[in-house]
Amino acid sequence: MLDTQAAAPRTVSAQAPPEHHVFRSRRSGVPRLRTYLPELWARREFVYELARCTLRAQNYLNAFGQLWLVLNPLLMGAVYYVLVDILSNGKHSGNYFSVLLAGLFLYTFFSSILSQSAGSIIGSSRLILNSRLPRLVLPITQIVIAFMRFMPCMIVFLAVHTLQGLPWGLDVFYALPAFIEVTLFGAGLGFICATLQVYFRDFSNFLPYVTRIWLFLSPVLWELQVQLAKHDLKSHVIALNPLSPMIGAWGDALVYNIAPPAAWLAEGAGWAVAAFVCGVLVFVRREREFSVRL
Amino acid sequence: MSSLSASEAAPPDPDLGYAIRVKDVRVDYRTIVDPRANTLRHSLTHLGRRGGSGGRAVRLIHAVRGVSFDVEHGSVLGIVGANGAGKSTIMRAIAGILPPSSGEIVVNGRISTLLALGVGFNGQLSGRDNVVLGGLAAGLSRRQVAERFEQITAWAELEEFIDMPMKSYSSGMYGRLAFAVSTHLDPDVLLIDEALSTGDAHFRRKSYDKMQELVAQARTIVIVSHGIGAIREMCDDCIWMHKGELVRRGKPDEVTAEYLEFQGVPPEPAKARDEAAGDLGGLDDAMVMEDV
Repeated sequence: MLDTQAAAPRTVSAQAPPEHHVFRSRRSGVPRLRTYLPELWARREFVYELARCTLRAQNYLNAFGQLWLVLNPLLMGAVYYVLVDILSNGKHSGNYFSVLLAGLFLYTFFSSILSQSAGSIIGSSRLILNSRLPRLVLPITQIVIAFMRFMPCMIVFLAVHTLQGLPWGLDVFYALPAFIEVTLFGAGLGFICATLQVYFRDFSNFLPYVTRIWLFLSPVLWELQVQLAKHDLKSHVIALNPLSPMIGAWGDALVYNIAPPAAWLAEGAGWAVAAFVCGVLVFVRREREFSVRL
Repeated sequence: MSSLSASEAAPPDPDLGYAIRVKDVRVDYRTIVDPRANTLRHSLTHLGRRGGSGGRAVRLIHAVRGVSFDVEHGSVLGIVGANGAGKSTIMRAIAGILPPSSGEIVVNGRISTLLALGVGFNGQLSGRDNVVLGGLAAGLSRRQVAERFEQITAWAELEEFIDMPMKSYSSGMYGRLAFAVSTHLDPDVLLIDEALSTGDAHFRRKSYDKMQELVAQARTIVIVSHGIGAIREMCDDCIWMHKGELVRRGKPDEVTAEYLEFQGVPPEPAKARDEAAGDLGGLDDAMVMEDV
């Protein structure tokens, strides 16, 4: 499938060169990216429309749905704030709520990419059995949906940030590369999750445990510098966590308005690109088989 | 020498002369014997047994076993066969959805599908959203979809219902909309799998007319149907498949008659058959139960 030698992206005019498809018996293997990627690009409006329609079907586009999108992250922040407050006997900095929200929102974005991508293929079995879409549009749509849900969180964060009287400045833009790194890293892992879910139908039952433990190992409930300075076994494990440099840089830039160490951004970029490339290759190698496996 | 004259000098590719070429195609499904084996839990608990593949024994199902045929541009091919003959599988393979296990399929032109499971979008969404999504999924731009939108709803006669969620549609309305979308996407090759059985006589008449219109523009149509009347009326070529193999190919009247005889349906007098085809009822409706 998708081993199509289509001459051009579909244009509907009489002069358009005729499409020519050859379907051969290669079940796996990377399809010709020169034809696959344009087909994927041609579906960009489909991705956006499907994301918007899905959110609308879940009532997220009306007033109460929007309110819930703002309330939900606040409540989640409150839950973790109470937890950390009790465990640390109330010893944390005054701006802790801001620190917590920044990390928590980004991490929730990351983990929802994984969980939603995992269900994207199985949940669209009818679409897969009836159309010849590049399958990659399905997890990508879920990433777009996760992003659309993440946006209201940032409004909440900006409000809290302002209320706590934290500084604003140009260094806040360092949060952007950190965010892109998390998105690419999450997308790569999300593609792998989507593939795994086709072969192991209970994979999504295991996933929440993984993301929960990963949350505690990431600089969300605590700050990266503080833990790295301890130089014990735990700090070494934390240093190995690919999300550490990304979320650490994000927090520095967004909360304290300082430029994060360049090494963090570079390390995060390395992980992000590697995960993304691996994820795409794993997915497109296997996607021909999805319609047989559903 | 320009590249243009070089390509003119090249011998014509025989693959380009046909709308569809199916060359010795086999399609095998792998199904896991124990459905629970499709889980991580099962794989982990059975790790090490029988070389790590414990319980994941697969059964190979040969849905299509070495089928070859060519379809000319502008023709209508009907495929008949009993349940499990591999008709839907070969349709999905031609659509590029199921990869063949061996052999090769060549399709020249834009493919549009109207397959057994429906459009495949969200019943929570309105008809409008589903039409737009269907068009975009087929690779049209938003503008191209907007251009066709009026035609589609008008053809399906669903103007008043287009903003209601699809789950509130009757199966006839659903079928009408699905047919309208797939035929209005300017397909060169239209694949229809049992999509005509839900409509009433008016809709059938309309859909036959629409298909005739496409054929007149040299578009190619492949129809899978249990409705023998539809095959006889619409098609100029017919294939009978049985258990994954091509049994017979020829004129629709002859092939379907043979197929019905094989199925144990007594041959009907020619007059009765003509009447049945004329009012588009009769046999068609009698066999609708099989479609489900």
